[in-house]
Amino acid sequence: MNEIGLTHILVISTALFFIGVYGFLTRRNMITMLMAIELILNSVNINFVAFNKFLYFDKLDGQFFTIFIIAIAAAEAAVAIAIIINLYRNYKSIDVEDADLMKF
Amino acid sequence: MLNSNYIALIPLLPIISFLIIGLAGRRYFPTFSGVLGTLSLLASFVLSVFTAYQYFFDAGKVNGVYQKITAMKFVWLQFAPNISIDMGILLDPISVMMIVIVTFISLMVHVYSMGYMKGEPRYAAYYAFLSLFTFSMLGLVLSTNIFQIYIFWELVGVSSFLLIGFYYEKPSAVAASKKAFIVTRFADLGFLIGILVLSYFAETLDFQTLIQRLTVQSSYLSSIISASFLGCSALTWGLLLVFAGGAGKSAMFPFHIWLPDAMEGPTPVSALIHAATMVVAGVYLVARLFPIFSNSCPEALDVVAYIGIFSSLLAAIIACTQTDIKRVLAYSTMSQIGFMMFALGVSGYGGEKGLGFMASMFHLFTHSIFKALLFLGAGAVIHYVHSNDMKDMGGLRKLMPITHITFLLACLAIAGIPPFAGFFSKEEILAACWNSNKIIFGAAVLTAGLTAFYMFRLYFNIFWNKEFKASNSNHIEHHGEAPGTMLLPLIILAALSVTAGFVPFSKLVTSDGAGLETEFHIGFAIGPVLLAVAAILFAWFMYCKESAVPQKIADALKGFYTAAYRKFYFDEIYLFITKKIIFNLIGRPAAWIDKNIFDGFMNLIATVTEDVSEGIRSFQSGKVQEYAIYFFAGTLGFVLLFIYLWT
Repeated sequence: MNEIGLTHILVISTALFFIGVYGFLTRRNMITMLMAIELILNSVNINFVAFNKFLYFDKLDGQFFTIFIIAIAAAEAAVAIAIIINLYRNYKSIDVEDADLMKF
Repeated sequence: MLNSNYIALIPLLPIISFLIIGLAGRRYFPTFSGVLGTLSLLASFVLSVFTAYQYFFDAGKVNGVYQKITAMKFVWLQFAPNISIDMGILLDPISVMMIVIVTFISLMVHVYSMGYMKGEPRYAAYYAFLSLFTFSMLGLVLSTNIFQIYIFWELVGVSSFLLIGFYYEKPSAVAASKKAFIVTRFADLGFLIGILVLSYFAETLDFQTLIQRLTVQSSYLSSIISASFLGCSALTWGLLLVFAGGAGKSAMFPFHIWLPDAMEGPTPVSALIHAATMVVAGVYLVARLFPIFSNSCPEALDVVAYIGIFSSLLAAIIACTQTDIKRVLAYSTMSQIGFMMFALGVSGYGGEKGLGFMASMFHLFTHSIFKALLFLGAGAVIHYVHSNDMKDMGGLRKLMPITHITFLLACLAIAGIPPFAGFFSKEEILAACWNSNKIIFGAAVLTAGLTAFYMFRLYFNIFWNKEFKASNSNHIEHHGEAPGTMLLPLIILAALSVTAGFVPFSKLVTSDGAGLETEFHIGFAIGPVLLAVAAILFAWFMYCKESAVPQKIADALKGFYTAAYRKFYFDEIYLFITKKIIFNLIGRPAAWIDKNIFDGFMNLIATVTEDVSEGIRSFQSGKVQEYAIYFFAGTLGFVLLFIYLWT
């Protein structure tokens, strides 16, 4: 049985990325949008780890980056949820279409 | 020996009082500012007199010749190793005489203004401006170099602007101050170019070096004479342009139009402008450069003489027809300044030939005294009558006895009746003209006769003629003559108008510094005096009682009278040239280009920017997901672009 190659992993991460983008663009619920962003970040994480393993297996840079991204994603999620809670207090809604005051 | 430190205080005291009054006067001591200004000027006056005493009787004379002493000099702006603008103090007979006159007249005006301007809301500002004016004029007369004189020249211009426009609520005062400033500024353009021409060839700004290089035969002199432009040498051009600046400040034809309008300022200011500061600056400038005029360029001096006599006669004719008493005095000033100018113009340099120079300075000296007196007297009359027009006056001799007497003395002095001050100086001027130019002499005698006539026309119309009719009946009881602060300067000036002629002027102020013996020819003096007396009698006949004679004469000379009454239409001519020709032919096309081409270009940029932003503003919709789509599309676009470029 052959080992799973780089291409397979890249296909998965690309699919994950576009699922995330699609979710971000089509969902109106802000929590769901946040989850979509997590999908995008995770697809990038997979890319980093995969390239590290297959191209530069003597180095650990990709894995370090992945860990950074996970940490930053957690922090970012906390900020995003705080924003969402504040918006909810003002609009009684977490629909992203309702928060459109910042315009011309 | 002269100590330069206290001489420097003479101009510095007024500027210090200007700063103090101007910055703090209005808020902290509005009524005290008059006293402060007067005191600082009194100190300045005492120092000037002391300096004059030391200069004339102690330190100034070496081997019987008064020296030019540079009492103080420091570099103010260093442009290049051999070009710098210095500031300093130059003492010679004319500058020492001028500081005494300027501080004295200004002191009289300061004292007088305490009564005249009492209760004025901007009393402190008025005194601040007076101090600035005095400072500028003192700086001007003490200048050591031609650029310093130009700086103070402009300061005189700006302070006269401030004072003429002092009643800035009145549109006529605003117009008058603008007119004075613009006309003199225009003339100063000539002055500046003249300075550049002279200093370019002489390679110095300093008066003494300049005079030395341009009078003694040298490479500088030959280069400036050989350089020619439009048929005249550069020296002639330079001197004529400098004289144009002087003519602007001294209200000589054709720059005289600002002077009568300058009457819009408070009357004491008119006294200051006409007697000591401002208008004599032009005469002073010509006198300062006199050796160059007289030794190297007699043609320019002839121009000075003819412009002087023409202005003098013109102003005398106009003065005979005016009814505003201050305007009569304004034209008489112009006429007398004309006397000083043509006296310089007919003079030669040194010794007996320098009689005209000495006479001119003498006349400057005596004129400043009696003209200040006339203006201050007129101010007292206006203060009493509340009108400038001589039709509203008449019969004031019993109501204002002191003003009446002093005014009469001043009129006698200006008319040249012996033994009053004007007689001596005018005789010297006429003698100088007789020696050099008979045409000018004739015109000068005629002008002197006219002077006597219009001054006594003024005098009789104010103090005799009809009975004074007050606008309301209790005006006379309520309104005494004038307060003591106004009468005191009148009395002092009147006493000096009587005695100033006896100053041995020819020993003190001459063109080359050496004393000059002037003999007095009774036979020569008798003619002009008789003419003046005849003119006075004629004025008495016409104006002593209310009569129809003046009107009949005016009707007989209708066209000429109207022309003179309208000041020979000079204002109209200037308005025609500026409004019709310059505005229409140059101003309007320039304005059109500015409005349509320059502004149009800028407007075009603005319109395009606005339209574009209008078009793209819907991109900013406030919807996060739309932004995400744009961002994503943009990234995708870049990715495709890079892929395309790299493969």
